[in-house]
Amino acid sequence: MTAVFERTNGLKDLPTHYCPGCTHGIIHRLVGEVLEELNLLGKAIGVAPVGCSVLAYDYFNCDMHEAAHGRAPAVATGIKRVHKDAAVFTYQGDGDLASIGAAEIVHAAHRGEKITTIFVNNAIYGMTGGQMAPTTLIGQKATTAPFGRDKNHSGMPLRVSEMLATITGAVFVERVSVDTPANIRKAKKAIKKAFEVQMAGQGFGIVEVLSTCPTNWGLSPIEALGWLRENMIPYYPLGNFRTPQEVK
Amino acid sequence: MAKILMKGNEAIAAAAIKGGCKFFFGYPITPQNELPEYMARELHKTGGCFVQAESEVAAINMVYGAAGAGARVMTSSSSPGIALKQEGISYIAGAELPCVIVNISRGGPGLGGIQPAQADYFQNTRGGGNGDYRLLVYAPATLQEAVDLTMEAFDAADYYRNPVVISGDGMIGQMMEPIEFKEPKKRDLSPKDWATDGTKGEREPNIINSLALDPAELEKHNIRLQEKYDLMEKNEVRYEAYNMENAEVVIVAYGTTSRVVKNAIAALKEEGINVGLIRPITLWPYPMKAFDQIPHTTKALLCVEMSMGQMIDDVKIANKGRLPVHFYGRSGGMVPAPDEIVGKVKEILGGER
Ligand SMILES: Cc1ncc(C[n+]2csc(CCOP(=O)(O)OP(=O)(O)O)c2C)c(N)n1
Ligand code: SF4
Repeated sequence: MTAVFERTNGLKDLPTHYCPGCTHGIIHRLVGEVLEELNLLGKAIGVAPVGCSVLAYDYFNCDMHEAAHGRAPAVATGIKRVHKDAAVFTYQGDGDLASIGAAEIVHAAHRGEKITTIFVNNAIYGMTGGQMAPTTLIGQKATTAPFGRDKNHSGMPLRVSEMLATITGAVFVERVSVDTPANIRKAKKAIKKAFEVQMAGQGFGIVEVLSTCPTNWGLSPIEALGWLRENMIPYYPLGNFRTPQEVK
Repeated sequence: MAKILMKGNEAIAAAAIKGGCKFFFGYPITPQNELPEYMARELHKTGGCFVQAESEVAAINMVYGAAGAGARVMTSSSSPGIALKQEGISYIAGAELPCVIVNISRGGPGLGGIQPAQADYFQNTRGGGNGDYRLLVYAPATLQEAVDLTMEAFDAADYYRNPVVISGDGMIGQMMEPIEFKEPKKRDLSPKDWATDGTKGEREPNIINSLALDPAELEKHNIRLQEKYDLMEKNEVRYEAYNMENAEVVIVAYGTTSRVVKNAIAALKEEGINVGLIRPITLWPYPMKAFDQIPHTTKALLCVEMSMGQMIDDVKIANKGRLPVHFYGRSGGMVPAPDEIVGKVKEILGGER
């Protein structure tokens, strides 16, 4: 019998703690597959964030370092400066990366730090129970925006990929989504490229992945995928914002 | 080796490199700037690397990453900068990683001033980061001592897998003194087989972490940390007992202040007044046992600090209520003069002379 689908060796053989229908699990799997396919597991050092993916260090089958809320890019900088040949990546939520850790991600990109960031944008704070994130959409309800996000009160949702694409050191910037099988395949391709860019020593790479939070959005997993498509993609357009010529 | 004249901040930086420091992450703040500047010039020559971080918060987290990756790493700052580093220091202590942190302190609170002060005693010895953790804190009084302790600090940090703080003030950072680089005391160190340096497909993944969601597990972790801190209290206490014979008053002072106190002691001696000095070299663990050796002739203790009285709590604990404890302090960046201390000692002995 030929196996057509197997678990990836990029992840440990463990059940995850994510809510049913949460796309964090899919994104983990993509990163794990890429690390395995690029033969990087022995060289990989990941940095886990604070947020729903705080336990990512238990799931990836490589060395892992847990960071303080928002500080993963600084921790990754320390690691990469010590081990220049390692495949160093951060895995961060939108609260972690776009709010408390905004300075750390901007400056890691600005230094052209040769690391890869997987940025999971679910437009909300998942772990702490559905508070507003910098990425929460206008009108979207959150526990700290009970009447829906109001532009005059909280500003417009932050477009991180567009912002980082203005920074010279950020050589690979792409926004993807994991709402359909086709988009999942594109997401994997982008993640793979981001790691290739790092290993080629070209600079900082980030893949923003639009993700769902059925629990805090108050939707079923299927409805959540639809909500992502109808509300998030129009405001957070998918596509590549920067790619170095050599790896195109 | 011949003695060379160096500025404190540069001497500490040079000592760190000789102590094996390969990585330095920092952010500018007066009065410690010559330290990162020296690292920027010199560290690359050793195959290491200096990075100017975007903030103290980032700098200490770079230290966290590099320490986890198995490197000898250091950061330095001054009071408000150390305040920002407290988040990372707690994580590093929690994850049990070695690093060296230099605090060339200045007057506070808030933005304060840029002149030397010792008002970070609580910050250095009690932390400011969350949770139950302790740091080994060295407080050198001379540049030679600063150099010796910095060279030793890296081994001590590796030995205990714990951050070590070099607590100096702006005076230590800015003054020049002749120094000599001697071979530091070496410890037996285990290999860093816990480091995140890539499995190379040869071992199970390593995880550097300070999270333990299970309360029983976290308590166990804290009990184990405490056992390590107990060991530090048993083995790492350092102090100088000076001129204690027949002392009528024993002064307790550390760092820069202890040097002024020594001048005051000399002046008092000429007037026939015997005053001793207990000089903590480790601010934590605190030299409690030094206080058990105070002679019967001593009538009072005097704590002298460049602060409004932060160390006095430890002096009182160490004294166990045996003698009256007095305090003399200057603050805001004011350095006490020997005369002021002489005056205070006479005031204490007042009724009796
Ligand atoms: C310094 C600090 N502040 C706040 C928190 C609490 N906290 C934990 S997770 C989180 C939000 C995480 O949201 P996000 O990064 O969007 O990830 P998600 O949970 O949605 O995957 C917050 C505020 C913390 N752990 N540390
Ligand atoms: S709270 Fe939201 S982001 Fe967190 S695991 Fe559940 S669904 Fe996923």
